[in-house]
Amino acid sequence: MNTPPQDAALKILVIDEDPIRRAILEAGLREAGFGNVVLLGNTTGLLDQVYRIDPDVILIDLENPSRDVLEQMFQVSRIVRRPIAMFVDQSDRGTIEAAVDAGVSAYIVGGLRKERVKSILDLCISRFNAFARLQGELDRAKSALEARKVIDRAKGILMKAKGLTEEQAYALLRKTAMNEKRKIADVAQSVITAAELLQ
Amino acid sequence: MTSLTKLRIGFIPLADAAALIVAADRGFAADEGLDIELVREVSWSNIRDKLNIGLFDAAHLIAPVAIASSLGIGHVKVPIVAPFGLGVNGNAITVTPALHAAIAGAADGDILDPMVSARALKRVVEARKARGQEPLTFGMTFPFSTHNYHIRFWMAAGGVDPDEDVRLVVLPPPYMVDSLANGHVDGFCVGAPWNSVAVDLGIGVILHFVCEILARATEKLLAVRARWAEENPDVLLRLVRAHRRAAAFIEDAANLEEVAAILAAPNRIDVAAILAIPNRLDVAAEVIRRTLTGRLKVSPDGTVHSNDRYLIIGRNGAARPDPVQMAWLYAQMVRWGQAPLSAESLAVAKAVVRPDLYDAALRGGEATAGAGEPADGIGAFAGPPFDPDDIAGHLASWSIKRSG
Repeated sequence: MNTPPQDAALKILVIDEDPIRRAILEAGLREAGFGNVVLLGNTTGLLDQVYRIDPDVILIDLENPSRDVLEQMFQVSRIVRRPIAMFVDQSDRGTIEAAVDAGVSAYIVGGLRKERVKSILDLCISRFNAFARLQGELDRAKSALEARKVIDRAKGILMKAKGLTEEQAYALLRKTAMNEKRKIADVAQSVITAAELLQ
Repeated sequence: MTSLTKLRIGFIPLADAAALIVAADRGFAADEGLDIELVREVSWSNIRDKLNIGLFDAAHLIAPVAIASSLGIGHVKVPIVAPFGLGVNGNAITVTPALHAAIAGAADGDILDPMVSARALKRVVEARKARGQEPLTFGMTFPFSTHNYHIRFWMAAGGVDPDEDVRLVVLPPPYMVDSLANGHVDGFCVGAPWNSVAVDLGIGVILHFVCEILARATEKLLAVRARWAEENPDVLLRLVRAHRRAAAFIEDAANLEEVAAILAAPNRIDVAAILAIPNRLDVAAEVIRRTLTGRLKVSPDGTVHSNDRYLIIGRNGAARPDPVQMAWLYAQMVRWGQAPLSAESLAVAKAVVRPDLYDAALRGGEATAGAGEPADGIGAFAGPPFDPDDIAGHLASWSIKRSG
């Protein structure tokens, strides 16, 4: 489906302190045909920055305390120049729940129609979720690497202390872990701790 | 033994989340068969949204947000019910040492008197205007916040129009201190412990405890969705009982050290970690201890000011939520143009709090406010006594206002 040209011209402000997620979001928006994307990582003096940039749509990550600053722009006040509303559509509760769950929130500036923002928000939700998955995989890979290091050290200790081969040492760790219903890495950590205490 | 009922509760790291944290972390919730997962949040918008859509079962909610949500102002309409008051008072107004000196210089009396300080602020504002200087900027936490209404109430009483004469900006509490240090704001109104943190860093002077502007001001509520309350009546009463015990535990002076340690733990109100101040792990417990005793260092020069009303959690009937307080907050929403005045809206605002559920949970086990509390339930330093059934009359007594 082609994006109508007027949507491609929408100026979208992305406020996210995470530079990688910011870049992923920008790439996604550009791929989808939204060429006018402004990225913001530093939220100092956010209100002034928003007025200077003068966006049509604002996307902000929910880990950002400055979300409350945006809420001020709904208010009738001298300092508010262009009204801002949060993207809330009572008829589309699912999108809002998905957005909060993914950790992103959207604001509409200057009375823009909600349906024009929905595709942008949907895209952000999927990118936020993809980022979270990547982060999760990275964390798991890191902890797997850590676990392997710990197991290797414990094997070394057992080989030296009990005159075992590497295979026998690993089998002993695995058997103990199964008997005690623990992870091998946890048992290995206990071996290391014990060895350090007995030194 | 039956398994515990799991609940997710969101909170903002402020001293008045104390009852919530102590109930969850010191076993009072478990005693009631509740397994509470506390989730620390960074914004009131997040708390509101996650409560609204059911990601949280309950929340530490700033009282005006509960009213705004029930009225559908500024956001989707989700009726909120609050059977328990997490705190009365606790806010303070802090200014830069430079503004403090300017106010003291323009005062015609003791600036501990909020009317003297507010009138002095008016003179400072006029002098700046005459010199063509930028207006003063003050920070508060949220459009629908006690902080917004408290600082407005104070300065407007002295003749300062909070929308015309100064700039009032929303600032997340953890950014308040930074903003004061780098000159983005000249002062702010925020809850504990952030005023004390500014004083400790030598960049702010506490001008007023808000309890000396309003003797009794409901601050945070334990809030749930009205529908959730209907669907989980028994859990709600257990939640109230757990929090009542936690609040009483907090107010027992013998528990001060333990309470301060529980609150300052990681992922709770560990101020130094939130601000990323290295090697000051003890700062949070110390600051929280001061908050709970109401004995605060108010100036970097070491001046101390004490008031046992500074933050009230389990004393003076503070835990029993009060419809008069909701009426006063609604009146401020009308005064500053956030809500239209109507009898229906007033009724909705009052009905947010449910002292009947509090009483049902505790079976009348506790007296209400009692002696020493203001006769009208508010005790404002300016204006006539507050009548919760006459909002128009309240508004008529003020010249500076947006509507009413």
